[in-house]
Amino acid sequence: MRRLSPVAVVALLVILAWAVAAILAPLIAPFPPGRIVTRDTLADISARFPLGSDYLGRDMLSRVLHGARYTMGIALVSTTLACLMGVTLGLTAAARGGWFDMTASRILDAMISVPSLLAALVVVSSLGSSIPVLIGAAAVIYTPGAYRLSRAVAVNIAAMDFVTVARARGEGTLYIIAAEILPNMILPVLTDFGLRFVFVVLLLTGMSFLGLGIQPPAADWGTLVRENIEGLSYGAPAVIMPALAIATLTISVNALIDRIPGAGQGDSR
Amino acid sequence: MSAHVSVSGLRVTVAAAEGGRAAIVDDVGFAIARGEVLALIGESGSGKTTIALAMMGYARQGCRIDGGQIRIGETDVLALSAAGLAGLRGGRVAYIPQSAAAAFNPAQRLMTQVTESARIHGLLDRAAAERKAIELFRALALPEPETLGERFPHQVSGGQLQRITAAMALISDPDLVILDEPTTALDVTTQIEVLRAFKSVVRERNTTAIYVSHDLAVVAQMADRIVVLRHGKMQEEAPTAQLLAAPAHPYTRALLAAFNPPVRAPDAPPEAAPLLEVRGLVAGYGPAGRDGMPALPVLHDVGFTIPRGSVLGVIGESGCGKSTLARVIAGLLPAARGNVKLDGAELPARVADRTRDQLRRVQIVFQSADTALNPARSVRDILARPLAFYHGLKGDAARKRVDALLDMVRLPASLAERPPGALSGGQKQRVNFARALAAEPELILCDEVTSALDAVVGAAVLDLLGELKRELGLSYLFISHDLSTVRSICDQVMILYFGRRLEYARSGAMLVRPMHPYSDLLIASVPEMRTGWLEGAAPAHEATVVRNAAGCTFAPRCAAAVPGLCDSTPPPLRQLSKGAEILCHLDEATLRHTQPDDRKTP
Amino acid sequence: MNAAMLRLIALRLALGLLTLAIVSALVFTATELLPGDVAEALLGQSATPQAVAGLRAALHLDQPAWKRFLIWAGGMLSGDPGRSLVNQLPVASLIGNRLPNSLKLAGLTACVTVPLALTLGITTAMWRGSRYDRIVATLIIGIVSVPEFLIASLAVMIFAVKLRWLPALAFRAGVQDFWTMLWLLAMPIGTLTLVGIGQMARMTRAALVTVLASSYIEMARLKGAGPIRIVLIHALPNALGPIVNAVALSTSFLLGGVIIVETIFNYPGLAKLMVDAVSTRDLPLVQACAMLFCGAYLSLVLIADVVAILANPRLRQR
Ligand SMILES: Nc1ncnc2c1ncn2[C@@H]1O[C@H](COP(=O)(O)OP(=O)(O)OP(=O)(O)O)[C@@H](O)[C@H]1O
Ligand code: SF4
Ligand SMILES: [Mg+2]
Repeated sequence: MRRLSPVAVVALLVILAWAVAAILAPLIAPFPPGRIVTRDTLADISARFPLGSDYLGRDMLSRVLHGARYTMGIALVSTTLACLMGVTLGLTAAARGGWFDMTASRILDAMISVPSLLAALVVVSSLGSSIPVLIGAAAVIYTPGAYRLSRAVAVNIAAMDFVTVARARGEGTLYIIAAEILPNMILPVLTDFGLRFVFVVLLLTGMSFLGLGIQPPAADWGTLVRENIEGLSYGAPAVIMPALAIATLTISVNALIDRIPGAGQGDSR
Repeated sequence: MSAHVSVSGLRVTVAAAEGGRAAIVDDVGFAIARGEVLALIGESGSGKTTIALAMMGYARQGCRIDGGQIRIGETDVLALSAAGLAGLRGGRVAYIPQSAAAAFNPAQRLMTQVTESARIHGLLDRAAAERKAIELFRALALPEPETLGERFPHQVSGGQLQRITAAMALISDPDLVILDEPTTALDVTTQIEVLRAFKSVVRERNTTAIYVSHDLAVVAQMADRIVVLRHGKMQEEAPTAQLLAAPAHPYTRALLAAFNPPVRAPDAPPEAAPLLEVRGLVAGYGPAGRDGMPALPVLHDVGFTIPRGSVLGVIGESGCGKSTLARVIAGLLPAARGNVKLDGAELPARVADRTRDQLRRVQIVFQSADTALNPARSVRDILARPLAFYHGLKGDAARKRVDALLDMVRLPASLAERPPGALSGGQKQRVNFARALAAEPELILCDEVTSALDAVVGAAVLDLLGELKRELGLSYLFISHDLSTVRSICDQVMILYFGRRLEYARSGAMLVRPMHPYSDLLIASVPEMRTGWLEGAAPAHEATVVRNAAGCTFAPRCAAAVPGLCDSTPPPLRQLSKGAEILCHLDEATLRHTQPDDRKTP
Repeated sequence: MNAAMLRLIALRLALGLLTLAIVSALVFTATELLPGDVAEALLGQSATPQAVAGLRAALHLDQPAWKRFLIWAGGMLSGDPGRSLVNQLPVASLIGNRLPNSLKLAGLTACVTVPLALTLGITTAMWRGSRYDRIVATLIIGIVSVPEFLIASLAVMIFAVKLRWLPALAFRAGVQDFWTMLWLLAMPIGTLTLVGIGQMARMTRAALVTVLASSYIEMARLKGAGPIRIVLIHALPNALGPIVNAVALSTSFLLGGVIIVETIFNYPGLAKLMVDAVSTRDLPLVQACAMLFCGAYLSLVLIADVVAILANPRLRQR
């Protein structure tokens, strides 16, 4: 393993910091996120409210910390689900080929051609917007991308002679997938996971911004931007801070992936 | 005679993994007189191409020319500006690449590309450049020289394309031509035509050239002087005849020895009980039609017998179906017709239908050790798997056995914990072989096991194969495109052409004429390690790779073809008195007449 | 044009149609996911039985699902996607009112984004590894990592609020003058350009870099060809297919952007119509808008595929 570049180290630290913040939010947040603590709405940064206050006078630091739980938590669960489904399907398609590969590829390719935000809107229009629906929708929407990548990587590996040798030895499909193909896919699958995580974060915050994502009183970073948007005209920290939170997280993940040698680029949102 | 081209103290470096820079070419110097051809010879990684490219002031991505001097005529190449270098390249120094197929832009007509350098450098106007190109096409014995330039690269054969690169290089009458392994990617029968064409234009135009190759026999035909390289350093420099007759450096001697491996006497009499019997095999790729024939048939009616403890060699040009044959026997590709018997019992067509014991007895070893070993697992894991799978060996017993296997292929046990990426090419191929041995097989299918290795390393692996065969009583199906390799290890030989078995003979009888006309062409095309062989070799037929569906597959290229018969009627199976079977319309007497034995056989 | 090409194009066309069929089934299923009675769920508990019955009939809820799909798909094909559940207007006319606005925005955005992205992609590929290339790559990572609404909000804050150069609302009824329209649309177009340009430039660069790494480019350099000649004469014609594909695929990103941008700038286009329909759960309208967007995107990809086939010299010359 080569040493990471300084940029990658910084990016990794930012991601870890947000992860820790999300986990420890209830312990480190100075106020309960829903409590109105000041009359001074959309206030500027102060010693008492390090990130200012929101449009109702709630503490922004507490809200951003708790927002991290929603944004990162939902994104993490959705991305994990999407990658698990995508990789499982992709590996099976690559190892088995035939009708399974054909059908799966056709359907999932068709799914890719529905832009992600559009797909999310369609699902929400029917099922309404709740956290399980959002997680399920994001997972399903990003499964085809994970499938396509892992299938392509697996097909390349499956064509290698060492897999042919294993076949000739009489090994079963399961052994070939688990012992011969999977260990060689870890890097591309991990980087793909990172990319997809960014896409999910962008999708979720976008939905929240449209008012079609996470519903109050729960608030992720997208919701925080939306509800305080009136503070935009005078640059209130209540709008800028959650926006910055999103940007630091997504840019860090992307920058980290970009610095990993041999990592691929994302295909479609 | 003052030197026309001179190089001294040349040093090229790459960024090393541990930081700093490592030299890949170090302190190389030589001089070339006008009209002389100098060869750079060495195995892969010895820095041949790097030196050749440095002659044009060019270094590949990551490389840097760090020192030395290169003079061409009055020009100091390494002192030139970017514009000066662009003026030099293609104008005064021209380059002929290894793979013509990759070096041509698929989107442009051949004429555009051949005349490009003359036009870039303003040497000739368009009409004059095209006239000159046609003249060069003719000199290179290309078909339809007048209209050839209108075609696109994918519309001509590989050998023709390689000759067109020569026209592309010579269009600007360069002071120096660099030929970088220009025939390595070609089949032998194509190589000879290309060599002949190159040689005649180089001689005719009194071209000064650097010829880069790993193949001493080829170089012996082309070069006046030879420089032997190893690890980026010069080992020996001598005139060709002298270097071949009296090599001074031990490394040169090893190279020469590897060229002609000693022919072993057959160990197993063919009368031994048959281990593998193959009859009437038909196989191919693509969906099967209604008659059960695959859409892309590759093998046609192939049959042979491998007696226990003996080696059958399979020779043929690229794409003739050698690997396909190995895949069918291994059960990876079910045959459309025919059967395969192991020890008298029929083997099911698919891996899935074979018993574990049947699978264990036949193992397969592939050409490229790079892709044959799983890069994510250690050597020990790789070797332990067949032990567990076939023999249920685990824990300490498996450890001991892995060490024993490594010892068997002459590798130190300390290698066991490494990943394949940390092994050299020769070591990988030994591990590859040890994995097959772990099953304790009776038959090993060896698909070009030495082709990717350098000559000296390949010869050592070949020796190992021979020893193991004797020690363990193994049988091999040994696939190769290289005649001398096959001859050195095999008891019987089968020659394939477009999936048909044209000749099947004892190894000792292979060089005995009369033989099948294709065998004759194949053998006559293999360069010999002596100067002047090329001039004496029989003129070959233009290698039009057309499949003749109706009659003899080889008819379009056969010098002895009988018009009206060979192109319409499939040839019968014939026995020759030397103990060979061939597919040909001509009988032994006629063949002898067309193949007078006055040509020297290697 | 020859038989092989025609066959390939016909194949692509068939695949495109198949994909569209699958997509329509997906869209239909996704809007049918609601457990229980859709009509009741949509109208809420206080709805009168008549209203529920009316809605049931309008949605053909008395029919089995596959029949409803056929009725729906037939309606789509014949240009009659039904009536809005909210205001009972024909969906076709609702869309018809908005379509010109969206086309205007799409067309103008394309005119800005595509040339800009191609220039960036080609120049970074030409000088790959240079400082310029690294700066552009970093900027692109920045842009593609930031949500569209953030870019749009920042633009509003800077250009409309602080500098007062541009209007915060992008639509004014009855504007005929082209320059006024451009002035009104400057921020939406700018935002969309930023959203689309990153992926497009990146994919263009990747396509060109692949070609530039091939042996025939090294050969051209060794023939003494300069960098401009190498890119324009040798590389671009071979990279054309992949580049056109990259452009078409990147429009998927733009579509997401349009939805946000039309909402923020309150622009009465199709995307805004759809977002509103989602909030009011106006299913027929959502379905029709979704199919329109997917159809447009699939057609673009199809056109790109055909262009790539036509641009392939190996296929053109047999
Ligand atoms: N999976 C495949 N699908 C379709 N055609 C194939 C496939 N594999 C090989 N072929 C074709 O079958 C023919 C024989 O291939 P094969 O690999 O057996 O040749 P070979 O003699 O081993 O060649 P080489 O010396 O280059 O290894 C070739 O024309 C090849 O293009
Ligand atoms: S059958 Fe005819 S064409 Fe074929 S090898 Fe014999 S002589 Fe040549
Ligand atoms: Mg082969």
